[in-house]
Amino acid sequence: MKMAVFLGCTVPVRNLSYELSAKRVAGELGLELVDIPDFSCCGYPVKSVHHETAYLLAARNLALAEERGLDICTLCSACTSVLTEVSRELATNEILLDETCKSLGMLGRQYSGKVKVKHFVRVLYEDIGLGTIEKAVKRPLDMFRIASHYGCHYLKPSKIYDGFDHPEAPESLDRLVAATGAFPVDYRTKKDCCGGAILGVDEETALSMARAKLDDISNRGADAINLICPFCSVMYGANQRKIGAGLNVKYDLPILYYPQILGLAMGISHEELGLMQNPIRPRALIAKIS
Amino acid sequence: MESVRRKDVPVVTVLDPKFKYEVAREPGGENIKYCFQCGTCTSGCKVAELDSKYNPRKIIRMVILGMRERVLSGDFIWLCATCYTCHERCPQDVRIPEVMNALKNIAVREGYIHPAFRAQAELIAGHGRLYEVDGFANEKRTDWGLTEIPQGCPEVAEIYGITGLHDLLSGGAGGKV
Repeated sequence: MKMAVFLGCTVPVRNLSYELSAKRVAGELGLELVDIPDFSCCGYPVKSVHHETAYLLAARNLALAEERGLDICTLCSACTSVLTEVSRELATNEILLDETCKSLGMLGRQYSGKVKVKHFVRVLYEDIGLGTIEKAVKRPLDMFRIASHYGCHYLKPSKIYDGFDHPEAPESLDRLVAATGAFPVDYRTKKDCCGGAILGVDEETALSMARAKLDDISNRGADAINLICPFCSVMYGANQRKIGAGLNVKYDLPILYYPQILGLAMGISHEELGLMQNPIRPRALIAKIS
Repeated sequence: MESVRRKDVPVVTVLDPKFKYEVAREPGGENIKYCFQCGTCTSGCKVAELDSKYNPRKIIRMVILGMRERVLSGDFIWLCATCYTCHERCPQDVRIPEVMNALKNIAVREGYIHPAFRAQAELIAGHGRLYEVDGFANEKRTDWGLTEIPQGCPEVAEIYGITGLHDLLSGGAGGKV
C-alpha cells in the first residue's frame, strides 16, 4: 500500500517525532508513505476568513496527489477534515469541480476528483487492521495505562468519515492502544476539545479547556496521553507547563503519538521513535520499558 | 476590530430582516433558518461553559432577528473552537460551526477580522504554511533523516490573488479589512 503523506504546517516544524515515528512504523507495516514537497497548508486556518481560498488551497493539494496517482494519508486532524470535505464534494458535485478546475487551471494544475483522504491512524485501524497490528507486537506494553485523546476533526463531522467510528462513543484509539498490550484508560472528559483553535483568540479559555483534560487524565493515573494531532500536542504538550504554572500545579503527563506507542510495542527503540524529543520528556516511561 | 457594544448602553440596533437570507446564501450558512432555538448547541459547548461571551444559540437568534452589525462586529463569532460537538447533536442540522464560518467570512468582507486570523492568513500567504520552514528547521529535518521542505510556496500567494483574498487583506480593490 502506497500513499502520499500530508504533513501540514505544524508537524514538519514542531512535531518531528510524530512524523519520524509514523514513517518508521508505516514502513514496518508495509505502508509506503511518499513525501510531496510542494504540498502547502491544507486550507483549514483560512476557512473562517475566506471560504473560497481555503477550498482552492485544499484542491491544489489534492491535485498534487492526483498527479502522482496517490491517495492522501494525513497526520493532522484539522488537515484531515478540510481535505476530506473538499475531496468528497469535488468527487460528487460536477459544477463545483468545474469551477474549481477553472481556478486550478490558472495555476497550471488540474484535478479530476479521484483522491481519497484518510488520517494515518484510521489507515492503521481500517486498512492495516488490528489483526496485523497485534501480530506485529513483539514487546507488549502491559506495564502502561494510556489515555487516548481523540480530538475533534479525526471523528467529526462524522458525515464525511463514513461512520468509521462513533463521534459520541469513539473506540478506535482505545482498541489500537489495547492492540499494543497497554491498558486503555477511560475517563470522563474523553470527548472534549483541546481548545487549540481559539488559542489565539482567547488564551485563558483555550488553556482552561486543555487543563480540564490534564486534570482528569492525571487523576486517573495514566502513564501517558495518546495523541494523533499536532495541535492537540501544542495544547497538552508544549503548553502543559504554562497551564501548570498558572495554577501552581506541576503536571507530569507525558504525551505520546500513537505511532510511538505502536513502535515501542513493535520493539523499535525509543531513540528511533524520537521519544525524548517530545514536548514532555517521558523519562519514567522509558525507564519502565528498558 | 470594534469591540462589542457595552452592556450599559441602551441598545437600539437597526435591524436588517434580510440578514438571515444573506447568511443562508453564504457557503456553510445554508441551514440557519432551520434553527428552532432548542439550545442543544450551547448546552454542550465547552467554550460557552467557560466564556459566557460565546453562546451559539444566541448568536443564531441575533442573526435571525437581523442584528447584522452587532453580530459581524462582535468578537464572539471568532470564539467557536470548531469542535463540531453541536454540529453532531443539532436536531435541525443547522451545522453551527459552518454557520460561524459563514458569519466570519461576511465579517471579513465588511472590514472586521480578528487579528489572530489575519496574522495566520498572512503567514500562509508568505510561507505557504503557518510556520516558516527555514534553513535551521531543514537542517534539523535532515539530521533526523527526514526530507527537506521547500521554503515558501509561490502558488499559495497566486491563489490569494485569484480568489481576491489578497485584495481583501491589503485593503485594495474594494477590500475593507
